[in-house]
Amino acid sequence: MKLYLKIWRQKDAETKGQIVDYTLDGVEGDMSFLEMLDILNEELVSKGEEPVEFDHDCREGICGTCSLQINGEPHGPDRLITTCQLHMRKFNDGDTIVIEPFRAKAFPVIKDLIVDRSSFDRIQQAGGFISVNTSGNTVDANAIPIPKEDADKAMDAATCIGCGACVAACKNASAMLFTSAKVSQFALLPQGQVEAADRVQNMVRQMDLEGFGNCTNTGACEVECPKGISLENIARMNREYLSATTKG
Amino acid sequence: MSGLIKSSIARKVVMALSGLFLVIFLVLHVTINLASVVSPDFFNEASHFMGYNPLVQYLMQPILIIGVIVHFVMGFGLELQNKRARGISYVKYSGAANAPWVSRNMIYSGLVILAFLGLHFYDFWVHEMTYKYIEMNPENPTRYYAETVEKFAPFWRTIIYVISFVLLSLHLWHGFSSSFQSMGVNNKYTPAIKSFTKIFAVVVPLAFVFIALYHHLNPITH
Repeated sequence: MKLYLKIWRQKDAETKGQIVDYTLDGVEGDMSFLEMLDILNEELVSKGEEPVEFDHDCREGICGTCSLQINGEPHGPDRLITTCQLHMRKFNDGDTIVIEPFRAKAFPVIKDLIVDRSSFDRIQQAGGFISVNTSGNTVDANAIPIPKEDADKAMDAATCIGCGACVAACKNASAMLFTSAKVSQFALLPQGQVEAADRVQNMVRQMDLEGFGNCTNTGACEVECPKGISLENIARMNREYLSATTKG
Repeated sequence: MSGLIKSSIARKVVMALSGLFLVIFLVLHVTINLASVVSPDFFNEASHFMGYNPLVQYLMQPILIIGVIVHFVMGFGLELQNKRARGISYVKYSGAANAPWVSRNMIYSGLVILAFLGLHFYDFWVHEMTYKYIEMNPENPTRYYAETVEKFAPFWRTIIYVISFVLLSLHLWHGFSSSFQSMGVNNKYTPAIKSFTKIFAVVVPLAFVFIALYHHLNPITH
């Protein structure tokens, strides 16, 4: 199929970017979206032009590195997948595809379609961990009985790959779904209780400091999340936060 | 506690609580207004009580006004902050693909309601204040029904009221159940809360629309 691509090109963080038009022929339906971009880049390189820079790593929906806003939606029009799992069969011959980086003040563009998502790392570092003694007498986590439902919910929250689609989709560029998933995966388990109050306060404080927007419960994040992280996590974080803060 | 005041979650809780407070007020308001259709005498009695009871006038009324101001100021502040959080706008943004229109446009439905409140305050509150405290008129427990019906005589005012109630419906459609999520309530009762929200968001504004149209179509003939 023949596609008309409108791709955001930006030399570096300081330079103003713009949409550049490309026409790409010979795209197959069983190609992934990133393979389609690979072909475009091969063409650009063969013509001596600068290839389009985009983030990618595992290309199997695990790492959360790929991060494209495709036709106005993070990871494109399909659901519960990352950009690398999006197949070109979702598009038709002659389609125009607009490809942009994830947009948020807290996700500054580094080059072309690559954004700096280290703000997520800083939120995680602010409290997304448990302190465990690993000096040789570590207690096996499975030694602590945990209700199946809690374990399942904690595991669901832990499937967040930190790709940033929630921020990209949210009209407010809010990071509540990401932060709440990281809070929830510990809040639901006994190992997470010891540092629970500090964790939620520190992570929310860092989230606000990074300049993310406020959650207005539109639910766009949940719809666009490649791992199907639920809004229940945001409600849980709100409860955890209010409980931790009001208790002082 | 200082962190609580500055945090995004706390601000959302303030929006939720002030919103729910205004929802409770709406129930009281629509109940008394419906009396103007069913029983003008009861409507006069209730309005006179609300207008002259010290508890209502000097405690509940200021609390209500503060509630409106807090909800509006906080909502507007959050909207500005949210706009800044995006930074550079998308060339293409498919908001409709993942979220309903009402949830993405609360600021616009809210601004229409706020503009309506300006007219509504002018129509009734300013009139009351002038009647009681500037013109120093004596108490007249039977004037309210006629004054209310008279307000809906002009077609333009009735239409503005009706349009505003439609926007109120859209605002409630998202806002009511959303406030529970903001306060951390998302459990087995959430589907029931969402269903109740949809019924409430239709029934209450529809009752207001009915009252406005009823008085417009049934003027007092002398």
